[in-house]
Amino acid sequence: MATAAAPIAREPFDRTLLLVAPAGLFMLLLFVYPFLYGLWLSFTPKEGGALANYTHFFTTDNLWPTIWTTLRLALPATLINVGLALPIAFKMRIRTPYQRWVTTILVVPITLGTVLIAEGMLIYFGPKGWLVHFLQFFHVYDGTIRLTHNYTGVLISLVVSGFPFAFLLILSYITGIDPGLARAAATLGADPKAQFRHIYLPLLAPGLAMCFCLAFVQAFSVFPSAVLLGSPAGPTRVISIAAYEAAFEVYDYSLASAIAMIMGFVQLVIVVAVLGLRNLFYRGPMVGGKG
Amino acid sequence: MIDRAWRALLLGLMTLFVVNIGLMIAAVATSSFAKRWLGTWLPEGWTTTWYTAAWKEFQLDSVLWVTVQVVLAVVLLALLIGVPAAYTLARRDFPGKKPLMLLFLLPLMVPPITYGIPLATVLYKVQLAGTIYGVILANLIPAAPFVILVMTPFIEQIDPNLEAAARVFGAGTGRVFRHVLVPLLGPGILAASLLVLVRTIAMFELTFLTAGSDSQTLVVALYYAVFAAGVRAPQSVDAMAMIYMVVTLVWLLIALRFVNPTQLVSRVKEHPQAVQ
Repeated sequence: MATAAAPIAREPFDRTLLLVAPAGLFMLLLFVYPFLYGLWLSFTPKEGGALANYTHFFTTDNLWPTIWTTLRLALPATLINVGLALPIAFKMRIRTPYQRWVTTILVVPITLGTVLIAEGMLIYFGPKGWLVHFLQFFHVYDGTIRLTHNYTGVLISLVVSGFPFAFLLILSYITGIDPGLARAAATLGADPKAQFRHIYLPLLAPGLAMCFCLAFVQAFSVFPSAVLLGSPAGPTRVISIAAYEAAFEVYDYSLASAIAMIMGFVQLVIVVAVLGLRNLFYRGPMVGGKG
Repeated sequence: MIDRAWRALLLGLMTLFVVNIGLMIAAVATSSFAKRWLGTWLPEGWTTTWYTAAWKEFQLDSVLWVTVQVVLAVVLLALLIGVPAAYTLARRDFPGKKPLMLLFLLPLMVPPITYGIPLATVLYKVQLAGTIYGVILANLIPAAPFVILVMTPFIEQIDPNLEAAARVFGAGTGRVFRHVLVPLLGPGILAASLLVLVRTIAMFELTFLTAGSDSQTLVVALYYAVFAAGVRAPQSVDAMAMIYMVVTLVWLLIALRFVNPTQLVSRVKEHPQAVQ
């Protein structure tokens, strides 16, 4: 309290700032601390030098390829989800009586849960499922189809579970753009395509980048569907399976932390790359001027 | 011409998506009510025994009770720490605000497994893992930042003059919250809590990493049921999956009644309006 005698040197402390303290402390305690602990743990392996876990990861044949396996699933899934959601959300931006219904129907798959999607795909796409029945009934295709227990199965389930989320996010970004801008462009003769390319797309760039990142996180940490619908020993052995095995089957928490850190790092690289791409686009306000 | 083809393509894709998902759900539903269903269009007979079997086999009453406890605790705690933080972030500019926002955004940008595994290790050390408290704490990590992210734009929409007026008449921050903000924020709080609720019911990874045998929520129990499916009839797993879907669907539909899906996620503004 030595400063109490000083003249009005600084503003009084704003006590509203304390309101952010519980959340900040909570995150420090339960997010930052475990994260740092995990980082430290990953450099203190059971045996060997500080980098032993990382060299082990990058020299073991069933560990390091999991990065590519995961990226090969997560990147296409995210591109499909965002790529499909963008035009559909663009169509849905106009308020019509059926807008709410269509959005609700498209959002419902969020509630399905991976297990229901997996079970549904196993039954529906299965060798005796409705799809095969249907194709054979109309003699479209008589051969066997294999859409489960492989790469395709996991990809489909990622699209089914990820699309609604991407759609919802992009829709909320698109509806946040002032329609007056597009109207102004229209009076200057811009058709919907030109409006999309020159008005909406540049303004959407930050939202799209954010959406891509969030959708990518979901796809990148794919775990249950890779086990249930893929072939977890082979082509869909994703990195989270490797991390889980290290932690709860081998009980090597140090190696598991190292794998988790590698996962986080790959995710970070993708996020930085996407945000870097986003910077190539326009930066500025999303609403028209007042008046 | 191209325009029309494009529109048709979009409509076709949407229909394909919706129809196939509908049929997938229908397939699971049919299977869960089927007596015997081997390679025909429809099963030979119908029954509800799989539901009673699933209920008993997987101890769904206790699993559902745990789920309710976890979800309610997560929603309440997330609101309790998230809403005040969102208020400060929406109304004040202070040094260190950018890194703080990054801190709240990170848990949503990092795969749950990445922080889930170190977190589980820490929770095992303090003997919270395997208990319902561990599960609640783990689920709060994405839930609290999510509340902050959803609530900040809601708070920014409220005219700061209302608060200023209350303060002129001598209300402290506590009373401003109770009598001005919370009533005005009602819809936003409801939206945030319903979304956290749906997300927590569906959060697999974190619960999976921290739950013990008697602190599993419905998703995790469902996963274990499929994993150990060899000994059980697949139909009872289907029945359980249907129960899960109905539980989540009910809450999502309630949520969609109160929030227009187009307003679900709004961006946190970078330059909030200063308080006069």
